[in-house]
Amino acid sequence: MAGGPVTGVVHQPGSAAEVAEAVRGAELVVPRGGGTKPPLAVVDGAEVLDVSALSGITEYLPSEYTVTALAGTPLAEVEARLAAEGQYLPFDPLLVDAGSTVGGTVAAGANGPGRLRYGGLRDFLLAVAFVDGRGEIVRGGAKVVKNAAGFDLPKLMVGSLGRLGVLTECTFKVFPHPESCATVRVAGMAFDEALEAAGRVGSGAVELECLDLVHGLAGWDLEIRIGGRSFALDARLKRAADLLDTDVTTLSGDADATHWRSRREFGWAPPDASVLKLPLTPATAAVLEQVLADLDASHVARVYSAGVQQAFVAWPVERAADMPSLDRALAQSKLTALALRAPADASNQPILGYRTGGELLRRVEQALDPAGRFGRLG
Amino acid sequence: MAPADAADFLDALKRRLGADRVLTGAAPMAAYESDALTAFRARPRAVVLVDSAEEVVDIVRLCAAAEVPFLARGSGTSLSGGSLPVHDGVVIAMNRLNRILEVDPVRRTAVVEPGVVNLAVSEAAEPYGLYYSPDPSSQSVCTIGGNLAFNSGGAHCLKYGMTSNHVLGLEVVLPDGEVIELGGDSLEGVGPDLVGLFVGSEGLFGIATKITLRLLPKPETFFTLLAAYDSLAAAGEAVAAVVASGLLPGAMEIMDNLAIEAAEAAVGAGYPLDAEGLLIVELEGEEQQVAAESELLLEVVRQSKPYLEHIASDPDDRARIWKGRKSAFSAVGRLSPDYIVQDGVVPRSRLGEALTKIQHLGEEHGIRVANVFHAGDGNLHPLILFDGRVEGELERAEELAGEILRLCIDLGGSITGEHGVGMEKRQYLGEMFDDADLDAMRRIRMAIDPGELANRGKMFPDAEAPALLSHGPHPLEVAGVISRE
Ligand SMILES: Cc1cc2nc3c(=O)[nH]c(=O)nc-3n(C[C@H](O)[C@H](O)[C@H](O)COP(=O)(O)OP(=O)(O)OC[C@H]3O[C@@H](n4cnc5c(N)ncnc54)[C@H](O)[C@@H]3O)c2cc1C
Repeated sequence: MAGGPVTGVVHQPGSAAEVAEAVRGAELVVPRGGGTKPPLAVVDGAEVLDVSALSGITEYLPSEYTVTALAGTPLAEVEARLAAEGQYLPFDPLLVDAGSTVGGTVAAGANGPGRLRYGGLRDFLLAVAFVDGRGEIVRGGAKVVKNAAGFDLPKLMVGSLGRLGVLTECTFKVFPHPESCATVRVAGMAFDEALEAAGRVGSGAVELECLDLVHGLAGWDLEIRIGGRSFALDARLKRAADLLDTDVTTLSGDADATHWRSRREFGWAPPDASVLKLPLTPATAAVLEQVLADLDASHVARVYSAGVQQAFVAWPVERAADMPSLDRALAQSKLTALALRAPADASNQPILGYRTGGELLRRVEQALDPAGRFGRLG
Repeated sequence: MAPADAADFLDALKRRLGADRVLTGAAPMAAYESDALTAFRARPRAVVLVDSAEEVVDIVRLCAAAEVPFLARGSGTSLSGGSLPVHDGVVIAMNRLNRILEVDPVRRTAVVEPGVVNLAVSEAAEPYGLYYSPDPSSQSVCTIGGNLAFNSGGAHCLKYGMTSNHVLGLEVVLPDGEVIELGGDSLEGVGPDLVGLFVGSEGLFGIATKITLRLLPKPETFFTLLAAYDSLAAAGEAVAAVVASGLLPGAMEIMDNLAIEAAEAAVGAGYPLDAEGLLIVELEGEEQQVAAESELLLEVVRQSKPYLEHIASDPDDRARIWKGRKSAFSAVGRLSPDYIVQDGVVPRSRLGEALTKIQHLGEEHGIRVANVFHAGDGNLHPLILFDGRVEGELERAEELAGEILRLCIDLGGSITGEHGVGMEKRQYLGEMFDDADLDAMRRIRMAIDPGELANRGKMFPDAEAPALLSHGPHPLEVAGVISRE
């Protein structure tokens, strides 16, 4: 597996108590779930805490819209359980078929294209249990859909990249799945044209599940997914298509489902490329385009996803040596990136570009991990 | 602080802001001595009226240097004592920091100062077909800064979430005066969600001076249904049936008979006075979708056999229905000289059980309880009615309030869904969380604010009196720190 531990020590705890014990005994330790996002589980000289044995759905209450699972539970298992009750994880987790786990997904803080409709992990994580850097088991949040008691530790753990604690259990809010979904596509647009069309459809009355711009061979493809009551779907698709004022193709049923599954599995990226996630807005997408052009990388595979609130960029393996230039260019443009996939010899630092909140993060790290057992982000 | 130092400190405040914006003395500060939890009062050292973020930073730095505790105050509508002054501390009144700095229809964001009133954001977004979603009943007065500190909610939080789900970026003054930027203007982020940590921190991590909010497109249409039942339980079952149907309404609210009576008397919303339980369900969104969903909703609700149903006929009718619901808290003032607004959460499927138990508890204590709640997310708001002039009633009311919170914990819920822990619920935080959980929170607080200057004394159970009960005077009262009237 890419990014193996330098120390070679791998713990496989079977309980939260064993996680705590392993943390207390280690000098530097990094948790690993399904190993689908190697750059997030590489810290030079760290022991590895493989939480995959901490697996299973511990509570699922469809009528409460809540599901609780141990951190090593594959999301595929969670999604299958929910689907049987007509429910789903609206943040649309990535790399599910590849083996993503509950804990790894929360710690990576990465959402798929479907996060457009109702929100991302931060909006759907209700409660967490984790082992902090002192080896204490800590719980935060509550297993109900609404709660304002105490500091919002669940949100703190979203995107914490294993540096603030080893997640052992997570409770998510879930929603009813739309009865059916379908997608309209417009192929081969110029970037500005596609961005403008995305804005028009995105601010129209039709509520969208996904709105992605995909860089293809012949320009940009605009893809719009709509979901809801089957009865009203055709009329709504037509309404969205009318806003586009050009020829569209439609995907429905299995073709639609397969298409979006491939998107979140990074099926659009060359298998050996690094994949970066960048938060942005429709107003800053052009900034990223300029950064890429300046680095002579306008050809790389990429997707502006979730209503152009995030980009996924496949950085080619043959340009791996240029990562530091990319890092600098992003920082100058006030853009931030997270490496979700990277070559095995990548650096310890999965975050590239512009950073905020450093001082607060340093203080939080000091509180939860005074000895720096998880390494430092801040 | 020695008297001479105290005088120096006040002089420093006045030099920075001008004497007219530094209030001292009983009369000028009277309005700031309590919030909407009126049973408690505390006298600050000074109230300062700030006009800019730079002033906030400088005041915080002066406080930090002199080790004087401080808190920000929005409109003082906290129901948990969150904006109760810290005794001898400085109240930083944020109301004048009320500029909407930017509304960006492309990004769909608004950048605001913290003293902006909640409803003003939607008003500013209106010309672009956008609105700010969290809608506390106090939205015409409460501020975004206060909303942020408590992660405030409202009736329409079922689908799109509470304040936290709508805050994207912040500029913050940490308690030692350091200024930082958190998050940005995207819905996505990288690294630990520090914006998420700050929201809901009840003023304990410092003061937000600039806030980037997410705006949503205004729903094209609404379908608002009022259904009246002979029993509260039947209304609760209707909620369960709607949830099971796979529909996702924008709001699902229930009121009991006492609350209906109060709301009718106050605003004449046209509610049936004889209903034991009144359900308001609202679908929102695009026309075709809402049309398709409303058929299913009517089918499901009719199966629950309401004795009366009413569909809002036009926007005015809809507004009337919501006005009744949103005025319920203040309307209860007509039924009783005093009342406590309680806020707790239970798993939605246990709502019926919780309500029955609350009713029994009320009877045991000889105290009337009115109920309004966000049924869709299990968020109860029992209104505990009492007469503070009757010897012992306040104590009994507080005791009942505490028992209701314990009930919420026992049923697997939370001691607050949206009003925060503040001063009122401190001792229950330790019942909801284990020592290790509280310890982690306390460590974060101490790492961020080692002097405990920001909103000192709030949220955490009192170290000296961990098993504090609401019987008799509050320990801080005994210590002469706070008083009630
Ligand atoms: C009639 C009535 C109805 C209500 N309905 C609801 C409801 O439906 N839903 C709901 O959630 N709440 C409701 N509330 C409670 C209250 O309105 C909310 O808690 C509101 O968010 C408080 O806002 P405020 O401006 O009054 O804040 P304040 O009471 O002034 O302050 C609240 C807290 O915020 C902190 N604070 C203020 N500004 C800042 C800042 N800039 N940075 C950091 N911290 C800050 C304060 O220090 C304090 O701890 C209601 C209250 C009343 C009286």
